[in-house]
Amino acid sequence: MAITPIIVALRRHKAGALLIGLQIALTLAIVCNALFIITTRIERIGRPTGIDEANLFKVSVQRGGLPSDGEAAKARLDADVRTDLAAIRALPDVADAYVTNTLPLANSNWTGWLGQTPDGDKVGPSTAFFLGDEHTLATLGLHLVEGRNFRPEEVLPHSLRDRVAPAQLIISKALAQKLYPDGDAIGKTVYVGPSAPPTRIIGVVDRLQSSTVQAWAESFAWQTSIVPARFSFTYRTYAIRARPGRLDAAMKAVPDALYAVDPQRVIPEDDGVLSFAGIRARAYRADRGMAILMGAVCVILLTVTAAGVVGLSSFWVGQRRRQIGIRRALGATRRNILNYFLAENALITVGGVLVGALMAFAINAWLMVQFELARLSVNYVLAGIVALIVLGQASAFAPALRASHIPPVEATRS
Amino acid sequence: MFGYYLDLALRSLRRNPALTGLMVLAIAFGVGASMTTYSVFRAVSGDPIPWKSSRLFVPQIDLFGPTAAAKTSNEPQDLVSYKDALAITRAHRAHFQSAMYNIAPSIDPASPGSRPREVMGHAVQWEFFPMVDAPFVYGHAWSADEDAAHAKVAVISSRLNDRQFKGEDSTGREIILDGKPYRIVGVLDHFTPEPLFYDVANRNFGEPDDVFLPFATAIDAQSTNTGNYNCARSPLEEGFSGTLTAECAWIAVMVQLDSTADATAYRQWLDGYTDGQRQAGRFSWASNNRLRNLPAWLDFKQVAPPDTKVSLLVALGLLVVCMVNTIGLMLAKFMRRSGEIGVRRALGASRLQIAVQFTVEAAVLGFTGGLLGVAMTWIGMTAMRAVLPEDIAALARMDGSLLSLTLCMAVLATVVAGLYPTLRATWVRPALQLKSN
Repeated sequence: MAITPIIVALRRHKAGALLIGLQIALTLAIVCNALFIITTRIERIGRPTGIDEANLFKVSVQRGGLPSDGEAAKARLDADVRTDLAAIRALPDVADAYVTNTLPLANSNWTGWLGQTPDGDKVGPSTAFFLGDEHTLATLGLHLVEGRNFRPEEVLPHSLRDRVAPAQLIISKALAQKLYPDGDAIGKTVYVGPSAPPTRIIGVVDRLQSSTVQAWAESFAWQTSIVPARFSFTYRTYAIRARPGRLDAAMKAVPDALYAVDPQRVIPEDDGVLSFAGIRARAYRADRGMAILMGAVCVILLTVTAAGVVGLSSFWVGQRRRQIGIRRALGATRRNILNYFLAENALITVGGVLVGALMAFAINAWLMVQFELARLSVNYVLAGIVALIVLGQASAFAPALRASHIPPVEATRS
Repeated sequence: MFGYYLDLALRSLRRNPALTGLMVLAIAFGVGASMTTYSVFRAVSGDPIPWKSSRLFVPQIDLFGPTAAAKTSNEPQDLVSYKDALAITRAHRAHFQSAMYNIAPSIDPASPGSRPREVMGHAVQWEFFPMVDAPFVYGHAWSADEDAAHAKVAVISSRLNDRQFKGEDSTGREIILDGKPYRIVGVLDHFTPEPLFYDVANRNFGEPDDVFLPFATAIDAQSTNTGNYNCARSPLEEGFSGTLTAECAWIAVMVQLDSTADATAYRQWLDGYTDGQRQAGRFSWASNNRLRNLPAWLDFKQVAPPDTKVSLLVALGLLVVCMVNTIGLMLAKFMRRSGEIGVRRALGASRLQIAVQFTVEAAVLGFTGGLLGVAMTWIGMTAMRAVLPEDIAALARMDGSLLSLTLCMAVLATVVAGLYPTLRATWVRPALQLKSN
């Protein structure tokens, strides 16, 4: 089919063709960037924490009115924690439990630095600390790839402002690789900050995500450490693994048991008892919301653009009824007419997507500067181009089909 | 004449319902998406205290030094140490100043039988209340003397007053926080600034504060700081008392400075203070202080999540596409009526009159799209509430100004979109049209 007549005809309605082309270009540019944001967020949400999340939940408690400073106060709180833990572990629906400062994704990060020398000048990689005991690996379902678990006698009571300087440490594989890129971490000595007593690495777990998903901690999100310590403070979190299928029952039984031990404690109503699925949903709610919003924008954009193509194509068909009739009378088949309008649409769309691809990269470059987004991959643009060409052809098909049904007798009407 | 054009516009729009519907829907979608994202953006980026935000300042002191591993840039810490907080507030160089920290004590129930619960709050100094213009429904802030005497007093929110005292005047009565009694001296009147501008280093949106205690009293009671706590070095002493001597940043400070001269003088004083600390051997680095006013501080702390800006920009992009779409469809619609335009021109209508007629038609289209856009915005906001984090979603509200803005924007955008099609309509030459028909 000759392309020249189409171009000649298009020049007679330049404005309309340019507008549709521009609309397709803008649609491509926005949809590519929106899709890119969506997949980035979905990948982020899908990252495994490294723990076995099913059947896991937490109960946060607070106990006002107790002193926390001094050895006597600490001993009293530690006794309370042991009583709580005994009560929780005795419940039939509970498989295992331990007390801690925070959990992965729970949005309360304790961070520090691991140095390889005792002097204060050199500090090593950042890490996020989780307090735990010999039950932690089993409760979280962590996979120990090297070394051993804590022994009960290694676990010491730990108050909120106590120094994190344990004799032993279990670290994540990511942190081990950062500390010893070409060596075995087990048995090595590290120092938690300047002038700290030595800490020996006794175990390495496969993967353990830190507590926050916020941007500032992203660089060390997988560099985590488990400290052998029982968090004995006025507020604390119990991490609890329910027996398979008994999550709901355990989530009711544990607060009841804790209130029975001490009715004066507070378990916050809104976020005191949360399943790990709940913790995860809270952590990634903003990302999920953003993905959904961008998805909605894409759907609306594509719908509006498709509707625009249908509208303008229909108008052009209506405008050229007589010309179509003449072509039909001169021997053009229905197929020729259909192809003509589809080709016209393809021509405009291709022009639009070429401009749109450039705009997509320009918008992405600007977003990279303004909002620290990553570079847009070419694949998104290619996928967007294909999608818009298909969308354009599909939208033009109905008006084109109607055009092909215009009878040759139309040539005689005016 | 306007009534006639309005009539013509309505007739024309009714003549081709499919095309009209398409245009109205496109406008509604574009405006609806923009307004939905704008409502969230407006909520998170608004000035919480517009009448004096430029006079409120946050002093920052470099507690860690330039080589500290804790630092990713040369910015000083957001919060200050207890030592510096005391020095700043005792020096009393600003019109008002207050040190503050985040607390979350448990409160005993109003009626026996219920359980204690956790309340959010801040330990502040008396000047905090006049500085942030906190409104009182009952009573007043505690006094400077009560601050100095470490009095066991409290100011509570109207929300807590409703829950605890059924909204009655509770001044003079007691609440038990973490097992200790505090006498209520004032009840705030719906003081729920968004964001919680006085301490955005710790919290910005979400639960407002329910209790305020005197700073010195809270320190005496060893009320746990539930906000951030960052140390360059480990404290020498453990426990709460250790936090008072440690080089750790955990206390927020806000000051009110009424003029540029005051701010300059304050900056100099702050640098003088840290120079003095350096000479005394405490810091080994040159003064690296900041004194940002509240708008600059909220911007620096990125209180408005970047996501809300990206969403707004993407939605405005959508609006542009919808408007380009409308231009195309309007052009088609107006051009189809070349015959009608020709007749009107031949009968004596001027080009201006044709232009006014089609502009009225565009405005009617925009208004209809705007009405539908208001409905779309409402649907969009409901949907956002379901998917966005609660603390942010709760802020997006439909109000009179948003409603009128939606309508104005729809009409304005459509009239602008109609400029080119209208111009084309005025180019129609009467003779040509009459001849061809």
